[in-house]
Amino acid sequence: MGFVDHLPVLPVLVPLLAAPLCVLLESGSRAWWAAVFAAWLSLAAASALLWQVSNSGAVSYALGGWAAPWGIEYRVDLLAGYVLLIVASIAALVLSYARLSVAQEIPCERAAQFYAAFLLVLAGFSGIAVTGDAFNLFVFLEISSLASYTLISMGKDRRALSASFQYLIMGSIGATFILIGVGFLYMMTGTLNMQDLAARLPAVFETRTVRAGFAFLTVGIGLKLALFPLHLWLPNAYAYAPSTVSAFLSATATKVAVYALLRFLIVVFGVEFSFEEMPADVLFLVLGLAGMLSASLVAVFQDNVKRMLAYSSVAQVGYMVLGISLASATGLTSAVLHLFNHALMKGALFLALGAVVYRVGAVQIRDFAGLGRRMPWTMAAFVIGGLSLVGVPPTAGFVSKWYLVLATLEKGWWPVAGLVLLGSVIALVYVWRVVEAAYFAQPRADVTALREAPPSLLVPIWILVGANLYFGLRTDLTAGIARRAVSTLIGGAP
Amino acid sequence: METLVSILVGITTAGAIYLLLRARTFPLVLGITLLGYAVNVFLFASGGLTLGSAPLVGGTIERFPDPLPQALVLTAIVIGFGMTAFLIVLALRALREFGTDRVDGDGP
Repeated sequence: MGFVDHLPVLPVLVPLLAAPLCVLLESGSRAWWAAVFAAWLSLAAASALLWQVSNSGAVSYALGGWAAPWGIEYRVDLLAGYVLLIVASIAALVLSYARLSVAQEIPCERAAQFYAAFLLVLAGFSGIAVTGDAFNLFVFLEISSLASYTLISMGKDRRALSASFQYLIMGSIGATFILIGVGFLYMMTGTLNMQDLAARLPAVFETRTVRAGFAFLTVGIGLKLALFPLHLWLPNAYAYAPSTVSAFLSATATKVAVYALLRFLIVVFGVEFSFEEMPADVLFLVLGLAGMLSASLVAVFQDNVKRMLAYSSVAQVGYMVLGISLASATGLTSAVLHLFNHALMKGALFLALGAVVYRVGAVQIRDFAGLGRRMPWTMAAFVIGGLSLVGVPPTAGFVSKWYLVLATLEKGWWPVAGLVLLGSVIALVYVWRVVEAAYFAQPRADVTALREAPPSLLVPIWILVGANLYFGLRTDLTAGIARRAVSTLIGGAP
Repeated sequence: METLVSILVGITTAGAIYLLLRARTFPLVLGITLLGYAVNVFLFASGGLTLGSAPLVGGTIERFPDPLPQALVLTAIVIGFGMTAFLIVLALRALREFGTDRVDGDGP
């Protein structure tokens, strides 16, 4: 086997090996170099993989040389490659940004462990994207979850501890549900390979065991993706976590969970079973809309901007789930597209907040007074990220909202399209609250001492902001891949 | 045999849910652990229960249990152990920081 044949395993293997290396290096700055190197290496592998998959179709990799239905198979199709690219690129950018922010927020004796945990989360997420084995997906989910509980508990505020504790309890219950679901499927089919499951399940669709397995998997993954009303762990976890962790998790964690949901609903169970035999469409439509509107409304009344954006993440998950509930090619395309675009905008917004924390030390709305003049580049990035969140052209957020509205109109669901637009208006309200404070409020007396964030923070922020604008104009790239990924997904399902 | 195991899994899960609904950390730790045990036994039973035989494929044995669930349970036990260890450390740190074992920290 040549080097290229081992490409599917690299995005998982590189961070997994680099994590213990970080701990051994002990010093924070050396660990940072190792982590950044590993992240960019996995980004290179992920890009090469996506390029290969995009040109010559899905890649299968037998782990340890054990052939597919028995051994663990890594299977990278276009959607997996796409999600892998999102995770790896956000990780590479956030880690490049992390040095100063981590040095300020994390005690220096723990910095090396921080980077190790960060890389483990990256390895777990990459693993979820590439694996083709239902139980292996659970294992990677637990690797990433355990590492992210650790990262969240490292927040400076002591409330980070209880946030992490709550997330751990909820996350463990979610993981248990997923495990029970996988157990039910194994009971009926005797296999754990997703392709094999998809081939064997239709024969036993009528049994109550499979239906129960479907329900357990949906609820378990719903907990992980913060589907309304299972989202209660998320706002505190993102609000009190260190800035870089909020940026990384908000941009990738829920995305990976949405991807796992798509895998199970569409590849393993198939569109017909999920949306016609089981009421997944009604469930996700109602919960998606409820999450979108209620979380947006709650976000309007938050004074902590990090918490505000965390609630907005719950709302954005609502948009993705809504896209899935439409069960049409356009609807699924909008969900997949929003995975990518939301990662770009939330990454940019949380990194900009990290820069504010670095200079100001707090992210209450009143702390933003006068920042428009004092930190012009950071706040400009926040404004563009905010516009993308609202869905104003020519930002990336507009493109995915556009597809979502198109998909609802395709079905003739005018009221749903109206509610999607209403959600955007509410998003405008909470983004405006921050903009108003930054540009129009009376600055406090001590604000004159503030300086712009250093370039090492600004460059990653502006790369993400640039990507928001670039992918808002060049839609053929992201939307094209999303559409092709969805059509192979639906076409590949039996 | 399967009936007995399923009743046991049910009782363990019920106990776990009761403990999980407490608002203090120690019952929660016990609840999560108990839930983990219940799921492990459930997974173990998912391959069908075979008495008095080794999980060997091939050879001359005619009745052998499914080895895969045993591998799964072994993995799940390891993960559960790591999770519990972290949970306990986190609970102890929260206890020291807040001076209370309430799950909501400094909430009411």
